[in-house]
Formats: sequence, C-alpha cells, structure tokens
Amino acid sequence: MNSLADPVVLRHYHVRLALHQVRVGSGHPLLLLHGLGEATRADLPPYFDEWPGPIWGLDFTGHGASSVPVGGGYTAEILLADANVALAHIGEATVFGRGVGAWIALLLAGARPTRVRGAILFDGPGLVGGGTEPGSSFVIEAPAAAGGNAKLTTPDPFAVAELARDVRPPDYAASFVRFSVEGSDLPEPITVSTVARPEWLVAVAAEPGVADLPVEEALALYSSSGSPSVATT
Amino acid sequence: MSNEVSADYPGAHAPDRRRIVDSAGVALSVAEWGDPDARPVLMAHGGFDFARTLDVFAPLIVAGGWRVVSWDQRGHGDSAHAELYSWDADVRDAAAVLASVSPDQPIPIMGHSKGGGLVLHLADALPHRVSHVVNLDGLPSRRNMADVSERERTRFMARELGAWLDHRLAVADKERRPDTIAGLAERRARMNTRLSPEWLRYLVTAGARHDADGWRWKLDPSLRFGGFGPWRPEWQLQRIPGLSVPFLGVLGMEKEAMGWGTRPSDVTPYLPRGARFEALDGVGHFVHIEQPHLVSDLVLDFLGTPS
Repeated sequence: MNSLADPVVLRHYHVRLALHQVRVGSGHPLLLLHGLGEATRADLPPYFDEWPGPIWGLDFTGHGASSVPVGGGYTAEILLADANVALAHIGEATVFGRGVGAWIALLLAGARPTRVRGAILFDGPGLVGGGTEPGSSFVIEAPAAAGGNAKLTTPDPFAVAELARDVRPPDYAASFVRFSVEGSDLPEPITVSTVARPEWLVAVAAEPGVADLPVEEALALYSSSGSPSVATT
Repeated sequence: MSNEVSADYPGAHAPDRRRIVDSAGVALSVAEWGDPDARPVLMAHGGFDFARTLDVFAPLIVAGGWRVVSWDQRGHGDSAHAELYSWDADVRDAAAVLASVSPDQPIPIMGHSKGGGLVLHLADALPHRVSHVVNLDGLPSRRNMADVSERERTRFMARELGAWLDHRLAVADKERRPDTIAGLAERRARMNTRLSPEWLRYLVTAGARHDADGWRWKLDPSLRFGGFGPWRPEWQLQRIPGLSVPFLGVLGMEKEAMGWGTRPSDVTPYLPRGARFEALDGVGHFVHIEQPHLVSDLVLDFLGTPS
C-alpha cells in the first residue's frame, strides 16, 4: 500500500494545514479536497491515472495530518479559506472535491475564478450538508468522551458535527457558479460528476457553464486547461 | 468590587466578580454584578463588544434586586482567542455560561444585537432552561438591503468574498493597531456614532490592553466586520413565534451601521402572543447604552421582582 510522504505544512491563522503531494508530475496541477471526516489518501482511484500533472491533497482543518483547533467553530467558509491557502501555495489548479470537498470546490471556483482551472464535484461524505435552511435549534455540545480536555484527534468530532449542519441554499450555490463563469475563461469551469444530487447540486447543474460528465471525462476536460509546464517535483 | 482598573464614567461600575468558564477548552471570562445570592439574569453582548459595555446598564438591573451575569464571547474582551469562530460555537459557549450560572432552574436571558440572536437561539434550543427572553435591538430584518438591486448585492458579495479570503491569508501575522486611548475611542466612534467620546474612552480602558507601544483592543485580530455566507434574517425570525416564555423586544428607531434597520412592521408579525414590544424613537442601536435608565426600567418592569 502506498503511503504519503511528509506534507508541506501551511499556516492558516493558528491552524497548521497539511498539504500532501500525492503524486509528482510536470504539468497542470490537481488539488484534491476530501470528504467530511476523511483525509488525503495515498492510494488514488484509477480514474486519476491519466492526470498528467502533479496531484496535491489538502487535509482540511481538524482532519488528517492538519492540526485540531480547540473548541470547534467549523464553517464551510473556514474550509474555503483552507483551500484558498493551498491554492495560493500551488498556483493555478484544477480542484476535485469529494462530499463536503465538492461544496468547497464550488465555493473556491466562485471565489477564485481565474486560479481554479475547473472544479469537479464528486460524491462523498458531507455532500448533502444541512439542507437548504436550518433545522430545529440545538446546541452542539463538547463530545462526551472528550469533556473538553481529551487529546485532540482527527477527524475532530466538532468538525463532523458542525459541518454536517452546514446550510446550502440552492440560490446561494448558484451564485458561486455565476461568479466562476463570469471570471473564468473556461467555457464550462464547473463539472458535476456526482450520482447523488441534493438540492444545491441540482441548482448548480442547471446553471449555464456547468458540465455534467462522468469523472473520467471531467478530468480529461480540465487536464490540459491550465498554464503549461508548471513543473513540480 | 473587583480590583479592575478603569477610568471613571458617571454611573459605571466594573463587575463585582470575574471568573472563568471552560467551554470545550476555550476559556471564557465571566463577569458578575450584584449580590452573589441574588437571582441571576444572563446577558449576552453584541458583536465586537464585551461584557464591560454593561458597566452602566448592569448595575441598574442589579438595583432592581437581580444579579447580572455576562461573559466576553470567544475572541472578545478577556476571553481566550479561539482558532475558529462560528454561530454554533457562540451558542455552545453561551450554553456553557448558562450552565455555570443555573444548572437546573430556568432563568431570564437578555441579549443585545448579536447577543439578542444568541439568546433567541438558546431559548428555542433549551426552552427548559429559560424563564424570560429580552432582545435589545437584535431582531433582524432584510430592510437594510431592501433598496439594493440583486446585481449590486451579487457584486457586493463577490467583493466581500475576495476581501475575506485575502484577510484569512494575511491574518496569521496580524495584530491590532496600537493607539492612544483617545485614538482608539475615535476609531470606535466611526461604528458607534451616537455614543459619547467620554463613554468610548472609558470603554478603551476596559476593552483594550496597554502595551509598551500603546493601547490595543483585546479583540482577536482574526475577527473582522462584514463577511459572507448563506445566513438569512428570516431564519431567525421564524424562531420567535414558537417561544413559550415571556418575551420583550426593544428596537432603537435611529438607523446605524451596526444595527439591522429593523422597523416594527418587520417583526411584529412574528412576535409570540402576549409579547411586549417597544420601539424607541430617537434612540440608536445601542439602546441600553444610550438610554440605560429607560431600558433598564422596561426590563425591570418586564421581569418583575426576583422571587
């Protein structure tokens, strides 16, 4: 089984983010964003075999080899800022997101439309989020086993609990598609490759400038879309 | 009284006691005014404020026989700077303070601005822990964006998005800018336009720390005004009709940048039956600071005498 080399450690305020170079290569980079509760994996599925450039994987705050904040407070906006920190390090890249990573890939494509050379949204944990509006009020308490003082481990239970409630109105999702389409020179800067289609993703798929393709075709679509010869070893 | 050092301001009293509450590892600085055996009322401050903004208002509630308990929200005042901030985290912190004050009996909870939203959430999530709800200019409305076109709103959001991400990239090395007491007070006056310079200078001595190169707000430098997200005011309004405890809502009718610009007609359809509602003409967003006697009288009349 493959194993990951030591990651590049990036700073996002007080959090240390682990950015793994999963595969070396010369060409247009691919940034992988994992699902909720997951982490970057060394063993990539075969549909990444044809990707010609380097492949990077970011562990979100509180996940994988990234550090765990004390006291929770996770939001999709913080994960977006995590991904933006990684993008600032890598440069222009295609972004592939699983589950919650798909939601973040969409937000990143809208926020940084000239730097994201295509966003591929794929199935995975946390894809649905907390629905289109908040449910009944409740208080997310400290995990019972932790009692506030236990050793901090990944995935952080606060991350899983808080991000599972992340609200995703369809019109809000669609606005990020429009930011992306307006700012990108790609004809279809976002591709939906999921089987599952929660309401936000239905709205995304219906927007002009969004492709709906199997993952292999989506990767092929963007593999030559970046700035040429971005060499990374 | 505690040994906290403050400048003088008429009617202002520093908290009688301070203590720490641990909220999942985040140290929250709790402030109390009044007899430790008196019945408690919990109060949440607004965004970018801190507990000692109640130094005039809280003693007036204490004079009615209550004990006022507040806390500096995470990243604010003397509480710890957290690595992450969110609404759910603030609600969790509020629940931790509530549990430290009254672990089993329901008590009145009050909040100003963002704090008003927090106490609404608490009352909806933990109805068995709350006896009364007081919301001081913390009822939201879409009014302050109503005259902005969809296209302008979208552009504004795109700008905010970029600015926020740039802020997050740079925040690791940021710290609050040092200044004199008068300088910090003048800067705060840009957002607190209706509050007196004397009060703002008093606040600096409570909410800022004195470093070798000047005074700095204690507020976590990672916190900033603005931002973006899917949140919508109507989501909070929909929590109000189902409240099962007595409710007092107070609006300041003078529009200010820190407020919602909410009008009575925006919120009265949502008020629970029997609710009390006061719209104060000629008063801005900081109703309890601008008119502490008027607002404390309203609150004490609503709460009654502590039993």
